[in-house]
Amino acid sequence: MTSNLHYISKKRRVKEDKRFVSGTGKYIQDVVLPNTKHAAVLQSPYPNARILSIEKAAAEAIAGVQIVLTGEELAEHIDPIRLGLKLPEVKWYPLAVGTARYVGEWVAIVVADNPYLAEDALELIEVDYEPLEPIMDPEEAFEEKSRLVHPGHGSNVLYHGHFTWGEVEDDFAMADDCLSFRARWGRSSTVPIETFGALASWDEGTEILDLWASIQMPNFVELLSSTLRFPLNNVRLHQDVDVGGSYGVKRGIKHSVLVGYLCRKLRVPVRLIEDRLVNMSSGDAHGPDRIFDTNVAFNKDGIIKSLKIRVLDDAGAYPGRGPHQLAKPISAIVGPYKINSVDYEAISVTTNKTGQVPVRGFGQAPTNFMIETAVDKVARHLGMDRLEIRRRNLIKHDEFPYEIPSGTKYDSGDYHAVLDKVIDKAKYDELVKRRDTARKNGKWAGIGVTTCLEPSGGNNIFEYLMEPGAEITTYMEGCEVRVDPHGKITGIMGTTTSGQGHETLFATILGEDLEFDPDDIRILHADSLNGPPTRSPVASRMAIMLGSSAAGAAQKIKDRAMKIAAFNLGHPIEDLEYSEGNVFLRGDPGQKLTWQEICFIAHRSYHKLPAGMDPGFHAENVFQVPGGGKLPDEKNRVQIYPCFSFQAHIPYVEIDPGTCKVEILDYVVGHDCGTVINPDIVRGMMIGGIAHGIGAALFEKFSYAPDGQFLTSTFADYLMPSVYEMPPVQEVEHCTPSPLTSHGQKGSGEGGYLGAPAAISSAINDALAPLGKSIHELPMRINKIHELIMTESET
Amino acid sequence: MSKLEIAVTVNGKKVSGTVEPRMSLLDFLRSEIGLTGTHMGCEHGVCGACSILLDDVPVRSCLMLAVQANNHSVTTVEGLCNDDGSTGELQDAFRDAHGMQCGYCTPGMLISAHALLEANKDPSVDDIKEAIGGNLCRCTGYIQIIESIQLAATRKVEAGSS
Repeated sequence: MTSNLHYISKKRRVKEDKRFVSGTGKYIQDVVLPNTKHAAVLQSPYPNARILSIEKAAAEAIAGVQIVLTGEELAEHIDPIRLGLKLPEVKWYPLAVGTARYVGEWVAIVVADNPYLAEDALELIEVDYEPLEPIMDPEEAFEEKSRLVHPGHGSNVLYHGHFTWGEVEDDFAMADDCLSFRARWGRSSTVPIETFGALASWDEGTEILDLWASIQMPNFVELLSSTLRFPLNNVRLHQDVDVGGSYGVKRGIKHSVLVGYLCRKLRVPVRLIEDRLVNMSSGDAHGPDRIFDTNVAFNKDGIIKSLKIRVLDDAGAYPGRGPHQLAKPISAIVGPYKINSVDYEAISVTTNKTGQVPVRGFGQAPTNFMIETAVDKVARHLGMDRLEIRRRNLIKHDEFPYEIPSGTKYDSGDYHAVLDKVIDKAKYDELVKRRDTARKNGKWAGIGVTTCLEPSGGNNIFEYLMEPGAEITTYMEGCEVRVDPHGKITGIMGTTTSGQGHETLFATILGEDLEFDPDDIRILHADSLNGPPTRSPVASRMAIMLGSSAAGAAQKIKDRAMKIAAFNLGHPIEDLEYSEGNVFLRGDPGQKLTWQEICFIAHRSYHKLPAGMDPGFHAENVFQVPGGGKLPDEKNRVQIYPCFSFQAHIPYVEIDPGTCKVEILDYVVGHDCGTVINPDIVRGMMIGGIAHGIGAALFEKFSYAPDGQFLTSTFADYLMPSVYEMPPVQEVEHCTPSPLTSHGQKGSGEGGYLGAPAAISSAINDALAPLGKSIHELPMRINKIHELIMTESET
Repeated sequence: MSKLEIAVTVNGKKVSGTVEPRMSLLDFLRSEIGLTGTHMGCEHGVCGACSILLDDVPVRSCLMLAVQANNHSVTTVEGLCNDDGSTGELQDAFRDAHGMQCGYCTPGMLISAHALLEANKDPSVDDIKEAIGGNLCRCTGYIQIIESIQLAATRKVEAGSS
């Protein structure tokens, strides 16, 4: 697949890196307009409290303070922020109205001449609260009938869905055996080093609200405009802002509503940059927080027949789009395995915690952790090797496209080949000896095994599964390619970028298909009013969607060049060949039109254009999600994502019996995301995803005390992997092209995060197996392992 | 609030300013003299995104006041570029090994790596880990950053011996 390629799959510098290393990246904090004012927010110290009064005169009296705004005042002028689910009585405003529902919720906002003054003013605002008893535990929240986070809603249950695909009860009845377990995914997130920020400016002359934000979010402008009660085309989001990491979570809608409202009210640009405390406690950036109760049916030979999954997810006080993270994993609900049927009960509850947002993988990482836990437990129950049970259950290379019980077809793959490569690379037999030697020497040593999927390409059809009526059957991505009169190429994309290297991706594909050096191709991020349609870089989708869109646009450019050449050379298109922009007669290269000539004709010489061709030289292309476009059938079966990348992970860990500290000493990962566009980018996202996964597996958790206080508001409390926590990672690549995309590419942005937590858990459980112990709760911190060791052995 | 006059040598150039005593050095560099390459990450000294060199020693500019830099010299990421604005050797090595993704922690990483390579021409992986142990990156998992620094070190040695 890669043999004839010039730029795709080649090691090449990444376009974006030059500005990043020279300190000239343009992040939200670097965007400053004349006379910009600065906002700071007052936060609730209570997890649940009625707001009786807010005294703000003293704060407003400070010279340089422009306004102190409360939720009651704001709510008169805006609508509640629309939630992902239709929950009319769960009203989410940027500032608390009447009741504060979690520690850190914003109660008032100050705008002042500089950020220091704004924070001074916060100290002078006096709020009288009537504390109420919070509800913090998701299982209690589910059962609770009177202590309600949103009393008007009538319960704490935001979503309760139940799906059955296939003959689950029959499969359980006929299986040799079954087992059940509970697995818990902790409330972690991706926590970018850049906090969220937004800057807004209202122009009364044009009646346009200009917004700059470190945003990565579909529907952002639509949500913003509807909340502010503006027509959609009054809002212009500038998407040329570099986003300092996101991985799903940069969705500061309430921040943006506030600056959008305030800049218009005050007639000055207003910006709000989260500090770290605000980011951690109230930036709407916490991830899934899940309890899985799973029952798995299997035969004595290790063949897994069916799964019954009940998942309870804690969405926090304001659910946003969080609950939908229960639905996307339906696209790979059986993982890479041939499991015959599935029962899936999904519940989302509200509690007095910060709201949940989408995190890298949109719920797939917790689901993969649960599925892999199931596979390992069956292997342990049967005394079967964990590699062998996977070999027996993995879908085989010749079975693609493979349709899973919930109706999604996996596009392509060679799972056994990837697994074998990883086993070779890890020198598995030697690794087993190493583990056993370490065990003899008193260490608790373990090998992890995980094989899992990365659904990629994005498709909102899972919304319909949660809420029939949401008839969204496209998740398209557009682009425009312009060729100027001098022959230079510019690609225009419609979204921000947050480290994924979209400019490199776009330029590489244009360069490959049009046969120009990608370094000479300029890529621009249009604003939301003049740009092509986009659904934003979520769902590991940009290589698939922007990549295929770019290839389609390149083809249109090429077709146009051929038509102009055919007309001017007087030969039919079929007799012409395209090479590096020039078009010549096959067999007589002397008869040709150069790229420069074609570009000049297109822009300047109407008399040399074929009849009916408009002058100019540009092409738009919008790419629809392959295999999408359909609603679910009556059995709730539907194609959700188009492409499925595969990963196999084998980490090796040792645990110090004295301290219970887990050390990851080696890590081998095999990865098949089809055709790789830029190898350095894909490798980086894979390894970076593993780092996120190590964090989620061992360290990271947003913790709340039982009384609702938030305990992890700094980087000293919320622990993330430093370079010392990263093991050496050996990678093996494999390429099974997708038949559905322009160059066979699949997604890779969610990367190692989708497998690493499961793999580390597998390794730790292998290490603890000789002690008769197991643990299925993330993060598996030192203290958790210690507590486990101190308990009586399992039978 | 009363203000104080300060004079700081930033990237070799003398800069003066009038600042409130409470202004952080980070804010001074970014807002007062417009060097936005240095980034705010956590504002409590953990993440290292705001790292700069103060008299050639890496420090957190979020934990220092601007007035403490009075009569000292500061190097920021912009100062690692060549005089004509092109990227310097270390920066080129980060580009060649793609030692970044979103680029937000990159200036701090470069500052820590620069200080290391000034002091140690042939750093081991452990030396590199120690140098960037106080710089958090959420994108890369660090491995390509380590490789970037190794590449820069190798090139420096090769350039020195040729």
